[in-house]
Amino acid sequence: MCGTCGCGSDNNGPTILKPGEEMHTHSHDGHHHHHENHSHGEHTHHHHDGHTHAHNHTHNHKHKVLEIEQDILQNNQLLAARNRGYFEAKHIFVLNLVSSPGSGKTSILERTLSDLKEEISFYVIEGDQQTLNDANRIDALNVPVIQINTGKGCHLESDMVYSAVKKLEMQNNAILMIENVGNLVCPSMFDLGESKRVVIISTTEGEDKPIKYPDMFHSSDVCIINKIDLLPYVDIDVQKLKNYALQVNPNLQFFEVSATTGNGMDAWYKWLKQNI
Amino acid sequence: MHELSIALGIVKIAEDETAKVKAEKVTKIELVVGVLSGIELDSLNFVWESAVKDTVLEHALKKIIVVEGRGKCIDCDTEFEMENMYDCCPNCNSNFKGILTGKELKVKALEVI
Repeated sequence: MCGTCGCGSDNNGPTILKPGEEMHTHSHDGHHHHHENHSHGEHTHHHHDGHTHAHNHTHNHKHKVLEIEQDILQNNQLLAARNRGYFEAKHIFVLNLVSSPGSGKTSILERTLSDLKEEISFYVIEGDQQTLNDANRIDALNVPVIQINTGKGCHLESDMVYSAVKKLEMQNNAILMIENVGNLVCPSMFDLGESKRVVIISTTEGEDKPIKYPDMFHSSDVCIINKIDLLPYVDIDVQKLKNYALQVNPNLQFFEVSATTGNGMDAWYKWLKQNI
Repeated sequence: MHELSIALGIVKIAEDETAKVKAEKVTKIELVVGVLSGIELDSLNFVWESAVKDTVLEHALKKIIVVEGRGKCIDCDTEFEMENMYDCCPNCNSNFKGILTGKELKVKALEVI
């Protein structure tokens, strides 16, 4: 499933780049909606022969009913499972960081990397619709990073992570942070092969966000509440926010942090170290 | 708008299955969508036309079978209807539940010619 394309023009597909690397083109021959001739470097094609159980009932001469019962997300899930197997074999702990735009994903990441990079090997995949800005911020910390630009796409999919991981050439026993596109809706349906999903919400957002966007909170394992340094200035009841989140997902584990001041980051670091 | 990705996924499945049986086009497609699947039917219908244009699905009749959400309370075993992911058990108010139905998202059948 190449949902990244948005199917408008030839320039909408995902690009996967290291900081400083030149943009390569990605040609859609003829541009069909089904992308059959879609050449994409290492992009794999998703064949699913053998996975379906088609029972063909012939009704009249040419009319056939194919009862395929096929999960629409199956392609994404298969490739996510493949990613996950690779990560497990290499003892790489993988986090999929999701949130609305502006809640501080990149700032939490920067802080975490600069505080822990001497102790732990990190790798980062950055997802944004456009620009290498986030990858450049990570690159400035000398941590290996790949930027995925999704074009018109509103979320990362497992095939993009698969291609990005190939470029990263990771060593064993590390942590891979995947920063998803800032969007609290779409990424929830797309497993990337991560070990844990981390949803980030900041104190400047409404406390009822977890029930407004329940799918994301339901599918996450950890919830980081960021910008706690702003609590004296904003009208938010953190306990109420947590209660809403627990209503959607009673198994959520919380960390309250400020990426700016570093307050609360120790508990988060401890959790990371326990999981590697 | 992840419904576009979903619609393109459906197109891909339809193209592959149609090619497998050497049919020309799809006349009818049946989809199963659970109310807790994360798909807005309005959005899916909105993107449908542009997603299926110039594909085997272009003139296919689309039938969507909607599956209601049902959960089962982990604390007291009550089964109940779920409209939202955050609905709690009506009997004991627990938030711990298993989702029995409502997460479905699949292509059930294709009629090809």
